[in-house]
Amino acid sequence: MAEIVSLTEGIRELVTDGDTVALEGFTHLIPHAAGHEIIRQGLRDLTLVRMTPDLVYDQLIGMGCARKLVFSWGGNPGVGSLHRLRDAVEHGWPAPLELEEHSHAGMAVAYAAGASNLPFGVLRGYLGSDLAARTRVRRIECPFTGEELAAVPAHRPDVGIVHAQRADRQGNVQLWGITGVQKEVVLASARSLVTVEEIVDELEPKAGAMTIPHWTIDAVACVPGGARPSYAHGYYDRDNAFYVEWEQISRDRDTFTAWMREHVLEEVPV
Amino acid sequence: MTYTADEMMAVEAARRLTSDTVCFVGIGLPSLAANLARRTHAPGCTLIYESGTIGAKPQQLPLSIGDGELAETADAVVSVPEMFAYWLQGGRIGVGFLGAAQIDRHGNLNSTVIGDYATPKVRLPGGGGAPEIATSVREVFVMLRHSPRAFVEQLDFRTSSGERVRFVVTDLGILEPRDGELTLTRVHPGSTVDDVRAATGWELKVADDVEETAAPTDAELAALRALKTKGRE
Repeated sequence: MAEIVSLTEGIRELVTDGDTVALEGFTHLIPHAAGHEIIRQGLRDLTLVRMTPDLVYDQLIGMGCARKLVFSWGGNPGVGSLHRLRDAVEHGWPAPLELEEHSHAGMAVAYAAGASNLPFGVLRGYLGSDLAARTRVRRIECPFTGEELAAVPAHRPDVGIVHAQRADRQGNVQLWGITGVQKEVVLASARSLVTVEEIVDELEPKAGAMTIPHWTIDAVACVPGGARPSYAHGYYDRDNAFYVEWEQISRDRDTFTAWMREHVLEEVPV
Repeated sequence: MTYTADEMMAVEAARRLTSDTVCFVGIGLPSLAANLARRTHAPGCTLIYESGTIGAKPQQLPLSIGDGELAETADAVVSVPEMFAYWLQGGRIGVGFLGAAQIDRHGNLNSTVIGDYATPKVRLPGGGGAPEIATSVREVFVMLRHSPRAFVEQLDFRTSSGERVRFVVTDLGILEPRDGELTLTRVHPGSTVDDVRAATGWELKVADDVEETAAPTDAELAALRALKTKGRE
């Protein structure tokens, strides 16, 4: 049963040092505000899981929250590299970062396996790629045809965090537009937090919308603008200019740290 | 009309797409090329972005593969697990565009690291969809600027297989596989075979019948320039 909480309470109750946490969002509905609250609460030694770690993961890594990253593409979409991620991997700043690297197809199958309560997912993947030797993938044989396939262990995060457009007062969540792996990460995780743009009395049916029922979610927090500078379809657009600016803000350790102090650490949480 | 090297690359890639093509598009030059094809000779070309949008018809070029306009204009929006399982692995996609930091003579690509994997000189964003795109679509088109640092004898890391690479367009010319090895088949106007050799880090095979690429037409350039990237103006 979902409890309606403040963002501060939600993170405090659900996330603990050392947890495996997936803040998902495939280019849409990225839970930036929840990531910022994790930074403000000073959580440490997290294993962060995400298909496309972008700015908020760069911030979590640069602020020393992460021990390990499980991912498939870590960049600033349409702009370039993530400089805090690079600094952590290349120079161990502010702390060394262990990588478990997959392909997108492998990550997607691993989440779907987690949601399905299966120990692993299967795909025709990682063929002719050096990634296979660097990650947690095994070759298996199809018991029916003998075809060789790839098995990827299921993702079962301790905490799954996503952002959505709206919820009702019971905590049923509705989201639409690009739905990414939002449903899979909630269902695959032991605990889940959903931040939403608004809480309404009744969720009106919406074409193409996905509903995640309240009894699969632990906590819902109302955080208007909680995906910015990412976007919430129907509420606000992606702040493309900020993604371009991040390139400069994140290049230098001191500029990054000063920006984080001013815009995240000293921000009053919702 | 004068034009840039990037414009030449986008125009030449676009010319390879038809109204029957179903293509998997990445951001940057591939997105430019596919949208140009849709605006010119291939209005029926189906653009699929890995964020889950099938048949996207953006008016402006998106900055990311998940921009809202892609979902608003798409024929269908599907989840990411469905995109990779049913549509890509299911064998429904004809052409996949890939870029990379390095390519070898067999079309294998590196978008993972420069240097050693465990202690890299440069940690790149990573493969994303590339490993399975490279082995699931029927034809891979590579778009990559020519330099000895990019066209290398030995990849630092093999992110994706080159077995389905059919066409490599660079800022200098076009390479296609002949007898299992990428071979120079065309040079762009203003470039010579020697220029391409000098920008390639292996001993480049050159076709006997190397032709010159047709320069972008005024109509192609006008359509291309009408597709301006949001947020970068």
